Amino acid sequence: MTQYRSKKRFFLACASLLALQIGLAEAASANTVLHGLFMSQAGYSEADVRAMTAAYVKMHPDVTVDLEFVPYESLHDKILLSKGSANGYDVVLYDVIWPAEFATKHILQDVSDRITPDMKSGIEPGAWTTVTYKDREYGLPWLLDSKFLYYNKAILAKAGITAVPTTWPEVIADSKIIKDKGILQYPIAWSWSQAEALICDYAVLLNAYGGQFVDSAGAPAFQTGGGLDALTFMVDSLKSGVSNPHSTEYLEEDVRRVFSAGQAAFALNWSYMWALANNNPKESKIVGQVGVEPAPGVPGKSTISSVNGAMGLGIPTASKNAAAAWDYITYLTSQKVEDAYTADAIPMWKSSFEEPALMNGPLGPMAKAMETTQTQLFPRPFVPNYPQFSAALQTNIQQSLLGKAEPAAALKAAADTITGD
Amino acid sequence: MKLTRTGAVLGYAAMILVGLVVVLPLLWMVIMSVSSTRDLTTLPLHWIPRQLDFSRYHRLLSLAANSDGQTFLFALRNTVEVAIGTTVVSFALALPASWLFARREGRLDKLLMLVVATYMLPPLLFVVPLYHIFSSLSLLNSPLALMIADSTVVLPFTTWLLKGGIDAIPAELEQAAAIDGASLWRIWLAVTLPLARPIISTTILFSVLMVWDEFLYAMIFTSDSSAQTITVAIADLASGRVSDYGLLAAAGILAALPAVIIGACLQRALVAGLTTGGVKG
Amino acid sequence: MLGRRSLFLLLPLFAGLAAVIGWPLLQTVWLSFTDAQLGDATGNFVGLANYAHAFRSHGFRHALGVTITFSLSTVAIEMVLGLLVGLLLDLPLRGRGILRAILIIPWALPTVINAMAWRVIYNPDFGALNALLTQTHIIGAYRSWLGDPGLALASIAGADIWKTFPFVALVTLAGLQNVPRELKEAAYIDGAGPWMRFKTVILPAIATPLMIAAVLRIIDTIKVFDIIWVMTRGGPANATKSLSIMVYEQAFSFGNAGYGAAIALLSVAISVVLIGGYMRATRAQTASA
Repeated sequence: MTQYRSKKRFFLACASLLALQIGLAEAASANTVLHGLFMSQAGYSEADVRAMTAAYVKMHPDVTVDLEFVPYESLHDKILLSKGSANGYDVVLYDVIWPAEFATKHILQDVSDRITPDMKSGIEPGAWTTVTYKDREYGLPWLLDSKFLYYNKAILAKAGITAVPTTWPEVIADSKIIKDKGILQYPIAWSWSQAEALICDYAVLLNAYGGQFVDSAGAPAFQTGGGLDALTFMVDSLKSGVSNPHSTEYLEEDVRRVFSAGQAAFALNWSYMWALANNNPKESKIVGQVGVEPAPGVPGKSTISSVNGAMGLGIPTASKNAAAAWDYITYLTSQKVEDAYTADAIPMWKSSFEEPALMNGPLGPMAKAMETTQTQLFPRPFVPNYPQFSAALQTNIQQSLLGKAEPAAALKAAADTITGD
Repeated sequence: MKLTRTGAVLGYAAMILVGLVVVLPLLWMVIMSVSSTRDLTTLPLHWIPRQLDFSRYHRLLSLAANSDGQTFLFALRNTVEVAIGTTVVSFALALPASWLFARREGRLDKLLMLVVATYMLPPLLFVVPLYHIFSSLSLLNSPLALMIADSTVVLPFTTWLLKGGIDAIPAELEQAAAIDGASLWRIWLAVTLPLARPIISTTILFSVLMVWDEFLYAMIFTSDSSAQTITVAIADLASGRVSDYGLLAAAGILAALPAVIIGACLQRALVAGLTTGGVKG
Repeated sequence: MLGRRSLFLLLPLFAGLAAVIGWPLLQTVWLSFTDAQLGDATGNFVGLANYAHAFRSHGFRHALGVTITFSLSTVAIEMVLGLLVGLLLDLPLRGRGILRAILIIPWALPTVINAMAWRVIYNPDFGALNALLTQTHIIGAYRSWLGDPGLALASIAGADIWKTFPFVALVTLAGLQNVPRELKEAAYIDGAGPWMRFKTVILPAIATPLMIAAVLRIIDTIKVFDIIWVMTRGGPANATKSLSIMVYEQAFSFGNAGYGAAIALLSVAISVVLIGGYMRATRAQTASA
């Protein structure tokens, strides 16, 4: 009898627990929870994203946003891994090089139909390449970026260089002057570590030398012409001692640290370095001495060079909150928000470049360089197997930079690896 | 046994050399953590800080919303949670089997070898299937998932250590209690466990240390400060998120401190565990 | 009390192992026979194609070479260094208690923190190692410790050895302290030479713990991931790309879950072969001694 009663009590307890859970679930459904995946370096800082999000949530009390910040190096793998996951992300930040892969693997939602004409016409065309694959859009662009040529005005003045170099051969010539005068042992710093950073620097030079990554059929085309010239340029600059040999283990942050310590006359880096190197005495020993220009060209081939380093915000296929996610994305990418956070990133909206507050403010020189560059952002190849493509190039370019292979042989090996897969 | 004079001189010289090799990198971490960023990026390198700067410790030990400190302290909390959970679960699962392995030595040796051999399997082998299992159970980004995953590493080791410890307890003591009619459970509580106390504490400390060290699972299965562990937090800091070496050093020191204290407690046990424990297994 | 029924005591452990190791392992084995992509539940059965691909691939052979080089060199150096320091600590010298206590620190340091610390020390521009070696005129110019393919693997190995030789030293010392003092002194008084004393008194005491330490270290170094991931991620020019880094790249960066699984299983096979060979060698040695 007692046994029976205790069993009954047990069932009662279970039933009430169950009821409680159903109640909880209902309560939760009134409140949408968005999971966002962001990156924690460059562009908008973590603090910026959190502040933007806090403002958004304040306007939408029924929405909660959980943010995750990962290093750039983990971003791609996290997005890929979350595919098919029951509790994945609703909003992901992604790099310009992934839409082809993410579209082919159905990782991102096609949002072409959600995009308004105002967005289409208001945002710089260069930014749109970030989210577009085969004429469909897989999100909204958020950040406009490229690599720029930074220089240390004090060092140039000390070396008696009055005109800022406008071609890559001039950069090398000026660096030789600086080196020969004993001002710096290694005047140029690059991010040539075995990472995507290396491909970005290579893309700038390939663009300057008029090369292309792939031909119209999508087959590797970097192993001849401009692509070969670019790598030869890189290898020669190491051989002649004007490029810092430690570049082969630098990422962008290492370049920034070396440049900000006054240990480099020239550096190639993203737009985020401007505010930190020129305006922030906590981070830099060369505050007020920094100049920035579009990355130079090569006589007879180009006037300036660039690499599209924009990023976009997309909605994973598995998200069940696409509408809410889209609303949040449109808020983050809106001109109003971007104009309010110009300390760390340049807006991508055309009319923002007419704002005197931006063009004449502390970010002015950077904004001007961006204005010139953004009309011709050079893309890395839109291939679905981009990670393999990039890895093969990274390895073989490094082989060549480290003196283990001739540029032509290294690039051929990279092309063979890519086509072999 | 006495040393000759030259022997002693050589011995002390060797001791000093070894001591320096071990201590200098550690000392440099401590110095970096209290040096200003300017001192750390001056060339030639400035070894002695011009002024002491404890701001990184303040930063890391603050719970202000969305600060580095919050990330760090939450990671610390998560690590403790996972360590305790993994240890308790592994211990409970391994103890009965370890006891049987010890008491039926010979007949179950092959089975024990099989268990211990799973230590050879790299975590990378389990990551993809475990990810899908956790995903379907909605366990991703929870300390519980890490407790389960970390058990893949901790279980075999725990079994091995416990078996070795119980080996050293004479079975006759248990048999005497059994004759008195005590149940197996009672014998364990009254005889085995009290006698096995040293090996139990060793096992627990080892297990905590292994969880403290775990990185791959934590990196892949967690996504924010609600479950991220200390190794992931440190690796994130080191991967370019922070350009301040002093902050890295301070975070490293704070995160390593609990592990080092556990290590110090283990000093004797490490020795005993490896010389007696499981050797015959 | 140890009847057949007592086998139920194995149940908790084996149920646990089956859930967290057995089941995922079976899935990985299955994956390795498919062309499954990350995120897709199933792939097509491709038989041994992934394994065949691995053996033909230059990348796999290279990663295999890196892994074995790293494993054998770090374990060998750790064992020798640890043995010597263990012997040193057994000498009647003052202050050895302090040294022994200090040795605990590197051993207990989490791998990721050790890797991070050494990455900072090896930094080519602001790192302490370059500063120390140039200021003491041991090297003339700053070097790129982790950026030079000839140095990177050795630099990582250095960081690993620094962390792990203390473990071997402490294990050696533990073995030595099990030897009765009288026995050591007797051998000394008998006029046995140092080699003879080592072979007859010391070696038997430390052989087993050292062998276990070596096996554990071989396993750990074949699995090596954390330290390389934090220090170089496999660069420069793949000079530090171990099998585990390759597995990660294939499975997570490229999404080739099936191929990644095959390489991970091959790395286990290598562990088994290495440890088997090592056990055979040490057994032969002890038998002949």
